[in-house]
Amino acid sequence: MRFWPFICFALVSMLCACGGRPDHVANIKVKGSDSEVNLVLSIAEAFMDQDPQVSLAVTGGGSGLGIAALINGKTDIANSSREITPEEMALAQAQGIHPEAMVFATDALALAVHSSNPINELDLAQLSAIFRGKINNWKELGGKDMPISKYGRQSSSGTYVYFREKILGADFAEDVISMTGTAQLVESIKQDPSAIGYVSFGYVQPDKNGQTPGIKVLKIKAHKDSIGVSPTLLANVTSGRYPIVRPLFHYTNGHPQGKIKAFLQYELSQKGQTMAISEGFAPVPPAYFSQNQKMLGQ
Amino acid sequence: MKSIHARRRADRFFARMFSLAAGLSVLALLAIFGMLLINGLRLFKDISLSDFLFSSDWNPEAFGKPTYGVLSLLVSTLLVTFGALVIAVPLGIGTAAYLSEVAPARVRDTLKPIIEILAAIPSVTIGFIGIVLTGPFIARQFGLENGFNALNGSILLSIMALPTIITVAEEAIQAVPNSYKEAAYALGGNKFTTLMRITLPSAFSGIIAAIMLGVGRAIGETMTVLMATGNAAAMPHGFFDSVKTMTATIAIELGEVAYGTTHYYSLFAVGALLFIMSLFFNLLAETLAAKYRTKGQ
Repeated sequence: MRFWPFICFALVSMLCACGGRPDHVANIKVKGSDSEVNLVLSIAEAFMDQDPQVSLAVTGGGSGLGIAALINGKTDIANSSREITPEEMALAQAQGIHPEAMVFATDALALAVHSSNPINELDLAQLSAIFRGKINNWKELGGKDMPISKYGRQSSSGTYVYFREKILGADFAEDVISMTGTAQLVESIKQDPSAIGYVSFGYVQPDKNGQTPGIKVLKIKAHKDSIGVSPTLLANVTSGRYPIVRPLFHYTNGHPQGKIKAFLQYELSQKGQTMAISEGFAPVPPAYFSQNQKMLGQ
Repeated sequence: MKSIHARRRADRFFARMFSLAAGLSVLALLAIFGMLLINGLRLFKDISLSDFLFSSDWNPEAFGKPTYGVLSLLVSTLLVTFGALVIAVPLGIGTAAYLSEVAPARVRDTLKPIIEILAAIPSVTIGFIGIVLTGPFIARQFGLENGFNALNGSILLSIMALPTIITVAEEAIQAVPNSYKEAAYALGGNKFTTLMRITLPSAFSGIIAAIMLGVGRAIGETMTVLMATGNAAAMPHGFFDSVKTMTATIAIELGEVAYGTTHYYSLFAVGALLFIMSLFFNLLAETLAAKYRTKGQ
């Protein structure tokens, strides 16, 4: 039987491939928000460097996807840029899953336009009117005479839900172009002079020269008569003067244990929070300290 | 040498294996359709059939009242597919006619594999081309703000449907008996007249089958249109509007949907409708192809 040696060889090499990673490495799956994915990935890489016993796999897809994955038992940590809804909570309980929330950073939601757009600031009522389809030309806002191309995210995005609940308080206009990822959204705005889109500030963070190539981040006014505030200054975000700021959540099934807990603690440590700031996010506000302590069982 | 019994046993064994394999694929088809239908029909406990088919508001995760009207998605799918055909059919049949009637053997032997490689390009790559290349190009050419529209989707889908149309149409043209052409030449027809008046009409049903298979290819394509057409759920008014096709809707929304909700069943209903549409076009192609096969012999 001349095939036997080959079959044996194939089996042995398959066993070797499976056994390449020692069993005592903890594999942690992290899934959800596209706004969070870059930040969590960098923190996870730093965490894996200092603890080789852990392997974290961080993927995006949207907050809704992350929470659905937690409910279906397909992820250890769900990233979400919005709170879990009562419906999702009920569904989780029915599946025997008990979501626990922790806030690990805050995120300013930036309004980005093409760099050639003369508009510098908008107020919240104008933003709402634009994305509800009530204002459809930049001329109405004192800009050029061109239609407004609205860019948003698909409905599984936490940013989509947050923006709808907090800024619109109504449904988006039907002609909002929906992008399946934040990076794709930013690239599209760069190519479209009439564009406006909402993105996590981390994605449009200025480089060393204070510029985001191709993009202008608008100053936002809480009311018509207030002063426009830019999210580029960290102090504006932490003080709450920038009006569109949201907490970034992690959800786990029950109180986290072992390596998952260690990772979450690492995110809240000085090191993790410094990384968040350097990626364009703001640290955890004091209001969430006690909730985080409780979640981690401390 | 093995005994005749052993050989017969082996024969029977393989015959059974192969019929099992064939049966499995039929079973898989029935199971998929059954699952789509059973889950899809549950939608109509909450929504009436006419609200589903004839309303153009699709917003299952609405801030206010959720709506499940498939019409704008259906129109979007048909619009993008129609646009793809307008581009791909003349190009595809022209190429097929060139390959089988005009091109020297050496050119044909080089071109055919290249066209078949076109079918092997992953759809996500074509979608990527749509974002970075054809989209901005369309925007510049037509003075639009951006290229996320039905036209972009149509152009990309036409590229994907071309190999199918060319291959099947070429076979159909090849199958036209030489005696037909010889008769035309004998009557004084030149190459072009013979092609247009004799060869192509004789291969007509085969060419229709090629087109229908192209439709099937275009109608079910997901990734490319998802990336390139902007996915705005509004009813499109033309090729310059952003569209959200049925396939893209399922792909985007199934990931987040909670099991057993109206939204969940509505996606199955969209899937069932899509299945029926593509089944219809495939059956049409099969029927026409069968007709031309008997005629060709």
